[in-house]
Amino acid sequence: MNKVRNNRAWWLILPMLALVAFSAIIPLMTVVNYSVQDVFDPHTRFFTGTEWFVQMLNDPSLQAALLRQFGFSLTILAIEVPLGIGIALLMPKRGWQASAVLILVTLPLLIPWNVVGSIWQIFTRGDIGLMGWSLREVGYAYNITSSPLDAWLTIVLMDVWHWTSLIALLCYSGLRAIPEAYYQAARIDRASRWAIFRYIQLPKLTNVLVIGVLLRFMHSFMIYAEPFVLTGGGPGNSTTFLSQSLAVMATAQFDVGPAAAFSLIYFLIILLVCWVFYTLIMNMQKDRVPGGDHG
Amino acid sequence: MAEITLSQLAHSYQAQPSGEADYAIRRMDHVWEEGGAYALLGPSGCGKSTLLNIISGLLAPSSGEVLFNGRRVNELPPEERNIAQVFQFPVVYDTMTVYDNLAFPLRNVKTPEETVRQRVMEVADSLDLVAQLDRKARNLTADEKQKVSMGRGLVRDDVTAILFDEPLTVIDPQLKFKLRRKLKEIHQRFAVTMIYVTHDQLEASTFADRIAVMYDGQIVQFGTPQELFERPTHTFVGYFIGSPGMNFMSMALQGEGADGEEGDELVADGQSLVLSQAWQQAVRKALAQTDNVKLGIRPEFVELAVEMVDEEGDDRVEAFLTMVVEHSQDLGTYAIFTLQRDDLRLKARVEEGHPLPFDVAPGTEVRVRFPAQRFGLYVDEYRWEVEA
Amino acid sequence: MRYALALCRGMDSTAGWTNAYMSLSLEAVSRVVANETHLDQISLTLDPGSFNVLLGRTLAGKTSLMRLMAGLDRPSSGRILMSGEDVTERGVRQRNVSMVYQQFINYPHQTVFDNIASPLKIARVPRDEIQARVHEVAKLLHIEHLLERMPLELSGGQQQRTAMARALVKDADLVLFDEPLVNLDYKLREEFREELGTLFASRDCIAVYATTEPAEALALGGHTAILHEGRLIQYGPTPEVYRQPMSLTAAEMFSEPPINVLDGYIRGREVTFDEDVHFPLDEALSALAEGHYRFGVRPSHLALERQAVDDLVLDVQVDLAEISGSETFLHVHNDKVSLVAHLAGVHSFAVDQQVSLYFPVHGLYAFDDSGATVHAPDASPSAGSRGGK
Repeated sequence: MNKVRNNRAWWLILPMLALVAFSAIIPLMTVVNYSVQDVFDPHTRFFTGTEWFVQMLNDPSLQAALLRQFGFSLTILAIEVPLGIGIALLMPKRGWQASAVLILVTLPLLIPWNVVGSIWQIFTRGDIGLMGWSLREVGYAYNITSSPLDAWLTIVLMDVWHWTSLIALLCYSGLRAIPEAYYQAARIDRASRWAIFRYIQLPKLTNVLVIGVLLRFMHSFMIYAEPFVLTGGGPGNSTTFLSQSLAVMATAQFDVGPAAAFSLIYFLIILLVCWVFYTLIMNMQKDRVPGGDHG
Repeated sequence: MAEITLSQLAHSYQAQPSGEADYAIRRMDHVWEEGGAYALLGPSGCGKSTLLNIISGLLAPSSGEVLFNGRRVNELPPEERNIAQVFQFPVVYDTMTVYDNLAFPLRNVKTPEETVRQRVMEVADSLDLVAQLDRKARNLTADEKQKVSMGRGLVRDDVTAILFDEPLTVIDPQLKFKLRRKLKEIHQRFAVTMIYVTHDQLEASTFADRIAVMYDGQIVQFGTPQELFERPTHTFVGYFIGSPGMNFMSMALQGEGADGEEGDELVADGQSLVLSQAWQQAVRKALAQTDNVKLGIRPEFVELAVEMVDEEGDDRVEAFLTMVVEHSQDLGTYAIFTLQRDDLRLKARVEEGHPLPFDVAPGTEVRVRFPAQRFGLYVDEYRWEVEA
Repeated sequence: MRYALALCRGMDSTAGWTNAYMSLSLEAVSRVVANETHLDQISLTLDPGSFNVLLGRTLAGKTSLMRLMAGLDRPSSGRILMSGEDVTERGVRQRNVSMVYQQFINYPHQTVFDNIASPLKIARVPRDEIQARVHEVAKLLHIEHLLERMPLELSGGQQQRTAMARALVKDADLVLFDEPLVNLDYKLREEFREELGTLFASRDCIAVYATTEPAEALALGGHTAILHEGRLIQYGPTPEVYRQPMSLTAAEMFSEPPINVLDGYIRGREVTFDEDVHFPLDEALSALAEGHYRFGVRPSHLALERQAVDDLVLDVQVDLAEISGSETFLHVHNDKVSLVAHLAGVHSFAVDQQVSLYFPVHGLYAFDDSGATVHAPDASPSAGSRGGK
């Protein structure tokens, strides 16, 4: 409605454009540049075309890392989303208790990634770590440096501890936005607790959950610092996720070309998964009756 | 269905109410009879929504009882009171279809699917929702959503009453009429007790057989639309019902009596008014009790004449005055004149066909007559009956 | 009056460009947005100091027109003149206008006083003068006792009064009201309508007031412009537009409840409605040629009892009786038409009840097939004035 025909206003977005170029577009183009070249030293490079991409897609260790990555992301989502919703539903709605619980829930989110890794590294040690020691005391031979299963479970547990709060907070704000009249109507309709959740709370949470799931998916897909600190990707390769493979390739082995190609593949996978997920959810909200879409 | 009784009911949102002013609902007794169409009418903040929520059980009263068919229900939660409520903003279950929305209250109590189908179809038919049954509720228009929330109340055959909390607030003006008619039809067809909360006199009088006018936490009058108009029992009803509201003139005694103590001339806002014996006595009696005595008359009943006639002998006329037209509002089919004489200001409604033109010049002198049977005497804001 | 004048002059130095007696002209103004015509060739002249009502349904173009007048939008074609000067390309900040909206728009973190004073502060009016003018306007709008309060502590009516005070305090040349009363209770609306008339009677600025309600236009008086689908249908003094609509559309737009329309024929010396209601051609209608017409009957002319021997009668079925205070709007239909009767007094009817409605021949409007008015009843504001004032 309120249109002003002053085209000079476009200049105002220039700083933003420069910032985006600096932070995203230029680094990305550098990566694209590397991905199609073989770099020997700063003065010697060859154009390779799609060679690195083909090689990367056929690399069994990367394929395994990708599978592990999907397994990890899906596992933590499967735990964090229901748990987060559950916590949000249990959080008090008003009074000092609400503020207190809110602070407690937020705490894990404030801790940096590598610190989380260090905390858990100590926490799980068999000699001085509370968890490691306790588990051994009850008779379980807990060892994340030798048992892939232990390592895997510990990393999942750590991620759940670190990030469930995010889902819980998003859901909490979503729940607070539901008008009281909905609950009153449901009580009057004699709806059970489950029906209230299924037909009022969950539908109203869809939007925040979409954001939550996307954030957590992207986050977990890029997980690096915590397993690096906690397990170093081992034992063997059992907790080596994509980003770590990439880092090793790019910095330790200095395979810049393959690493760049791999980064782009990595980026496209995340983009694709997010897009498919988002489209699916948004389509679910539409009316299935032809021509009946008013929304 | 049930008769709903409010007995010695009072409510305050404060834990320790210190005085009258802290009460959203002042102590009251009221009976809503079975099967009636009622309205609860009042300005915003008068306590009408509070009262509604007390009836439905969403709010527990500070004191007093709510009785359904004589049985105390204070302790029963809304789901056990068998009440249906339609809210100001449409409440539908977004992800369900219209059919599932309507079936929801029945399925919640494990009604056989056969019965559900039959009831839903019957209600959908009477609400003109059959074509929308397979649509997702989120994609409906506001008026369709309101019909769905009403329908969820109607599908239940055990429902005691349906409560409406300003249900037409978000409906387009052009559709309001259709929905008002639908409500009326539904009441005739299902004969269920309905209580309709609104601040709009048109909505209240169109829907309800009897209207409870609420003011300042109290029901000040409970009557038919006609009674509210013709015999308001409280000055607020006189003001609130009708456009413009009732004229009120403050009565006082003026001048010096024979003993030099008490005035003996009756004045209305400073204008001496000659009243009949019966009215004079009533006003004087009221003034002996309180200073707050008013004479009320609706603008519709104020009679205007251009020329003087001898009103003294006309026993149809209670009093008369000469006043000046301050300004007139030509409202098309009628006009509202604002009349003035010193401190006294009155409004009079002039119909088509009246000798005075709608665009009468300000300053025109007119003869104002007050018909006896249209006068009301208000003492401390409540009406006193006067035997003429 | 004297004070308002003084204020207008006082603004000369501060607002730069202002004229105490401004007129506003639109010359063939159109506005097209994305191939959609919002306003179509509107020509209109508003006199200095006039109160004007823009009447039309939602999306009729009222808000679009007001935005052009304010300088918030530019017309796609046509010119806008203020006191003869072309201001088409001038923006809102160079036009000295103020606007009141549907929503109660105030600065929530400032007191009522500061809210009202804000346009004056922007114009760098001396503090003493701000004091005086804010108090003056607040008194006019009966919010003098609320000046130290915060807007959100106030009732809806008081909030809107604050917004209006802010619009009036700066003595704009043009004050625009975009349906300012829709969010208020009807009792408050009643008060405002009456006050606005008197408020502007003593001002020199042009007021433009948009509304969807015919009753509001009538209550406000002044002049009325009827807008319909982006076009200006009719403009003139409000009572005149009401009584002598130039077309069926104008009559329909300016009638609440809507005017009743009956299809009929004039054949021979007779008028026929509904195939079965006949009556001899009355003197007033005798000028009309034979053929098909649409006849308009005002809802207030329909009665439950016969008023005169030559009254026409229709047998109908009740849809709904809407009651408002002392009036009843009776909605009825038969197999051909739906009608509304506006009855004085409170009447109750059952849905589907059978009733007969009577109406006088002399109150009929006649419209030809193009919708133009070919006959309107006696246009005097009151039947009484027929006998001479």
